[in-house]
Amino acid sequence: MPTIYIDGTAYEVEAGKNLLETCLNLGLDLPYFCWHPSMGSIGSCRQCAMVQYQNEEDIRGRIVMGCMTPVTEGAMLSLQGETASEFRKSVVESLMLNHPHDCPVCAEGGECHLQDMTVMVGHRDRRYRGKKNTHRNQYLGPLINHEMNRCISCYRCVRFYRDYAGGTDLAALASHDHVYFGRHKDGVLQSEFAGNLVEVCPTGVFTDKPLLNDYSRKWDLQSAPSICVSCAVGCNTSPGERYGKLKRIQNRFNHEVNGYFLCDRGRFGADFVNSDSRLSFAGVRQEDGSYRAIKADDALSEVASLCQQGTVAGVGSPRASVEANYLLRRFVGSKHFSTGMGDLECALVRQVVDTLSQTRAISPSLHQIESADAVLILGEDVSNTAPRLALALRQAARSKARELAADMRLEPWMDAAIRNLAQDQYSPVFIVGVHESRLNDIAARSVSLAPDDIARLGFAVAAEIAGRRLDGVETAIAALASTIASALKAAKNPIIVSGVSLLNASVLESAAAVAEALLSDEPEEKNVMLSLSVPECNSLGVAMVDDGEGVGFDELAERAAQGDIDTLVVLENDLYRRVPAEKIDQILGDIKRLVVLDSLDNATLSKSHVALPTATFAESEGTLISSEGRAQRYYPVFVAEDDRLASWQWLSELGQVLGLWGFDQLAHFDQVEQACAQDMPALSNIAFAAPNHQFRSHGLKIPRQPARYSGRTAMRANVSVHEPQQPTDDETPLSYSMEGLSVGLPSSLMSYSWSPGWNSNQSIQKFQHEAGGAIKGGSAGVRLITSGLGVDLHNCSVPKPFQPSDTGFLLVPVYRVFGSDELSIQARAIAELAGDAQVIICSDDANKLQVADGDGVVVIAGDTKVLLEVLVDSSLAKGCVGFTQGMPGAETLVAGSMVLLQKSEDWQRRKPELIATDNPNAPNPEHRGVSGVSYV
Amino acid sequence: MDVSSTKTPMNEKVLTRNIGPDLVPTDMTAYEANGGYRALHKVMSGMSSNDCLEVIKASNLRGRGGAGFPTGMKWSFVPMGEKCSPGHKYLVCNADEMEPGTFKDRLLMECDPHQLIEGMILAAYTIQADLSYIFIRGEYVVAIERLEQALVDCYKKGYLGENILGSGYDLEMHVHTSAGRYICGEETALINALEGKRANPRAKPPFPQVSGLWGRPTIVNNVETLCNISHIIDKGPEWFQSLGLGEDAGTKLYGASGYVKNPGCWELPIGTPVREILEQHAGGMVEGRKLKGFLPGGGSTDFLVEEHLDLPMDYGSIGAAGSRMGTGTMIILDDKTCPVGMVLNLIRFFAHESCGFCTPCREGLPWTRQVLEDIEAGRGRKEDLETLLRQVKYIGAIGNTHCALAPGAMEPLQSALKYFQSDFEAHVEQGCCPYASDIKALDVKAQGESA
Repeated sequence: MPTIYIDGTAYEVEAGKNLLETCLNLGLDLPYFCWHPSMGSIGSCRQCAMVQYQNEEDIRGRIVMGCMTPVTEGAMLSLQGETASEFRKSVVESLMLNHPHDCPVCAEGGECHLQDMTVMVGHRDRRYRGKKNTHRNQYLGPLINHEMNRCISCYRCVRFYRDYAGGTDLAALASHDHVYFGRHKDGVLQSEFAGNLVEVCPTGVFTDKPLLNDYSRKWDLQSAPSICVSCAVGCNTSPGERYGKLKRIQNRFNHEVNGYFLCDRGRFGADFVNSDSRLSFAGVRQEDGSYRAIKADDALSEVASLCQQGTVAGVGSPRASVEANYLLRRFVGSKHFSTGMGDLECALVRQVVDTLSQTRAISPSLHQIESADAVLILGEDVSNTAPRLALALRQAARSKARELAADMRLEPWMDAAIRNLAQDQYSPVFIVGVHESRLNDIAARSVSLAPDDIARLGFAVAAEIAGRRLDGVETAIAALASTIASALKAAKNPIIVSGVSLLNASVLESAAAVAEALLSDEPEEKNVMLSLSVPECNSLGVAMVDDGEGVGFDELAERAAQGDIDTLVVLENDLYRRVPAEKIDQILGDIKRLVVLDSLDNATLSKSHVALPTATFAESEGTLISSEGRAQRYYPVFVAEDDRLASWQWLSELGQVLGLWGFDQLAHFDQVEQACAQDMPALSNIAFAAPNHQFRSHGLKIPRQPARYSGRTAMRANVSVHEPQQPTDDETPLSYSMEGLSVGLPSSLMSYSWSPGWNSNQSIQKFQHEAGGAIKGGSAGVRLITSGLGVDLHNCSVPKPFQPSDTGFLLVPVYRVFGSDELSIQARAIAELAGDAQVIICSDDANKLQVADGDGVVVIAGDTKVLLEVLVDSSLAKGCVGFTQGMPGAETLVAGSMVLLQKSEDWQRRKPELIATDNPNAPNPEHRGVSGVSYV
Repeated sequence: MDVSSTKTPMNEKVLTRNIGPDLVPTDMTAYEANGGYRALHKVMSGMSSNDCLEVIKASNLRGRGGAGFPTGMKWSFVPMGEKCSPGHKYLVCNADEMEPGTFKDRLLMECDPHQLIEGMILAAYTIQADLSYIFIRGEYVVAIERLEQALVDCYKKGYLGENILGSGYDLEMHVHTSAGRYICGEETALINALEGKRANPRAKPPFPQVSGLWGRPTIVNNVETLCNISHIIDKGPEWFQSLGLGEDAGTKLYGASGYVKNPGCWELPIGTPVREILEQHAGGMVEGRKLKGFLPGGGSTDFLVEEHLDLPMDYGSIGAAGSRMGTGTMIILDDKTCPVGMVLNLIRFFAHESCGFCTPCREGLPWTRQVLEDIEAGRGRKEDLETLLRQVKYIGAIGNTHCALAPGAMEPLQSALKYFQSDFEAHVEQGCCPYASDIKALDVKAQGESA
């Protein structure tokens, strides 16, 4: 470890780092803008200047940039000396020449890195007499607001958007002091990671538009550690609330999972919490079909009395917590419990659980995935089903660059140098799907195949790795398999990515086969990773709770038909999204009573006899198990309003009302969790996901509100001048208060990130072991699934080649990052981006049908006819036709069925959206890009 | 433009030997008739790349683009043979001549394009590059046409393409016209521009010699530097060294612009005294004007004054006097021209040409421009001189900024503040430009507001 001297003090520091990271790691405040722990150094802002001396005789020294200067043994440096301090002050002063000083009306105010750094360097007086430059702002879509005048040209936005996330429609334009960061013209930002600009930008150029439109300062937001419910990746979030509304989602750093970044579905999709279709009170359905609101106690006794008459079955949910699912299963009994996933999906998720626990390969965290040096994606369109995973794979593709850099002795943080060196050389990435993906630009090869052929290719790769040729495989596929096999064999950290989304068991099996073959090849030398995606935030959790004992929808329907089910209790699940409507209608017709617990109105809920309003993730606690197999806890951000209760609480109280055995010991969350851990061996470690409710920091509960939380006595004054008592929280270690200490916490309990002098999200470095490294208190979550001795693949068979048919098409699911997810599409901004359900047709077939983008086509599957808008995608696998899975309008279509297509003659094409620059007279001024604001 | 120079034993024309007063360009026939491509034949028929490198090293040729880095040493950093990973290597000619007051490369390219191409082939051979580019300023339309024709002739002759003169060596050469930014003269910004990226300079290390164009080993040399190569190979390093008058070797294209009687560009032995260039070749000052100062090597070099006239124009002597020889093309300031206006004009240029990458340059130059505009327009305040000094300190040191543009831009300003301080003070005290009656045309105020 080299020793360096800063302002005369000797420090032993880690070799290979730059001076800026080193200073931050030592706890020294060195201001910076352009450097980012995940994106490295480029040396553009010149803010992190220090003075370096040649030797003891050198009294002048020279200015060096901390972020661009490697640590060297014996380096003599000045951080606080006048030359360095004055220089840093000059940098802020010059950044302020054109800054509008509009902090009072800026959405970044109070959490602005530019404000923090300005205060830190001590710049105060303006000496520049010239006029300020002003820019025209752009309309960038419903998620991001653009205010270019605030820009300090640190280049972080384009480095994230283009270099890190692979976007193409945001760029640095113009030069000298006219540099402009925007699109070539107004329009919606195309990257699903655009929301990160809000956090990457050190000032208020890119801000959270939904927050801006209903604004609160960071210091007024009440927050709690949370987990994103938009997909199964399990990104850690920090939602902020005020006045009973969820205002925004910010990233919560987890070194092993999401690091510094989220996808836009996660960041902006949580607005469903504020939806008008939220249920507030329990209701009982009356003769005329309308609901009568009843008190919570009455609802409990009503449901209890229903449950005492005959058999009760329960349908769980992959979007409800482990605890709620566990209680429902315990309430109805394991033989009467369904996971709530469609039968095929349930079997496949079960298969994922089994595969991950049997395989010798690692189920990797996103952090591990970023170090992969060869990637094979089999059938999973991760950009749409698990976007944050796609972002991690994008970093994995840069392993080649890191390798080239190491040969030239460039440190990994020398971002500009490494990108110049490696250019577009990537580690081998092979993508096999039913259509091209947004990761295409980093792919060595990208092929579209029908699902069964994807599996065949996977098995062929596995065979090639084992030195065999798969029988009867086509020449082209064999050649590709051989290329993929040799690339994977040559890699040290190969990763196979697959998942449930194509609803094809063979695809999953083939992915496992490739991983196992690699491990049989050279087991010691390799770090083989197998990442299997599942559809929803707790798909894996509900499958593990069920443990393979429950009933599927087919069996449920059969039992209902036989009159074996009197009451059906549905937990946070819209059954119409799971199985075809006829079957659900049949089940609901055959049972006597339906009880639904859910937060938002939906088709199933409106068929219920009793509806119980549940709290969302933002108002309740629970544990979710991500596709990695990591159990992570979320906490209530704010108290559920009206009669809303966490699902686990409804079920716990129901059990108590009914006097069910043991439910008197399940009144509290920690008790439920303990019981769950005891009953289910696979979940025995679940309590380690986060500390229990007795955890205290310095003897105090952990505050949800920052120390500067304002207006507590006044915020309800328009309703009543009496200040209500702060709510208590007996279930978690958090308090609804600003009292307490937010230091030294495990990351699972970090409600927000704030440190003296560091008001922005950059403050996270104060809580990390090292810049960009793990949180000192430990990373959130616990891995529940560990690798096994190997997957038994003897029983799996290679599917027959897919034969395109002359008479019909194979219907394959196509996923949309905005639209395919049930809850996030209830967020207004996401709904605006989602558009309508579509049918995806390859260009040959579109020509035959004489349809183009925007035309209408009837998809005919047996008796079902669905009219959908056409999207022509020339990359779609031959003989297949896609449909936007999960989007309203396409629910009745079933993946895997054969369909016919017919052009619709009376289809009305949608009008193209108008954007400001295209139409200055657009009727809705909100959609006009030019805000016309200019500051002088 | 006058290119005549008296040929004496001490004043041998090398680079301009094919360039007569009529400025008629040489074609392949004319070039070869005067010894052209002799060096190429010599190398291709038996000299190894290492032989060439040793000759260039021994010649003590220093880069003529402005920095004066020894060319042989620069080339020696390129990984050769097994030390180089498989892939392309590049030679790039920096013909983006945009330094204010500089017009020497234009002369060489317009009048003797083959001399440059021959030098490039030899340079490329020395580093075993297989692809080469002439990155040329877009406004040099005539030079571009002539170079492109010359390339066609070279391919016909087998001097370019596969298996050059049966040696087994392959080289492709292309002319790339710049979209036009001053910063493209910085070699790494040039490389970015050539890659189709923003013309921002790159951080060094790694240097282009190991990771340049497309991440591959690359040499970027100035036109005049490359034009010397064929002669050094042909006549040997000792001959080349004997051409210089002082420590430096070879000849140099010197130029002068401003109120001199005979502005132009002349090839003279390197180390010719400034006074000789000014008085003999440029013909002295125009009647009624006296020398007040001069920028020895283009717009980004420090002012020197009368006391420096007897200095030899070479890297060491001009450097020791506090300036740089730069491109060797002088801009003369006379006593009727406002030094503040002249510096303002230069700062305007540099502020506009900042690539916008690093803060001190992007924001500091416009601030400097604003202060100078105020002073020149009579709105200056006493503290403005302090502001200027502070700006010089803030952006005038290499290391404070990402590249050398802003420190270069500060050179004329800092030396003007030293030599012409009283002029700055007079502007502030009198509330107007004291030279205004002498230079009627310059409406600084109007220009400043439209900038």
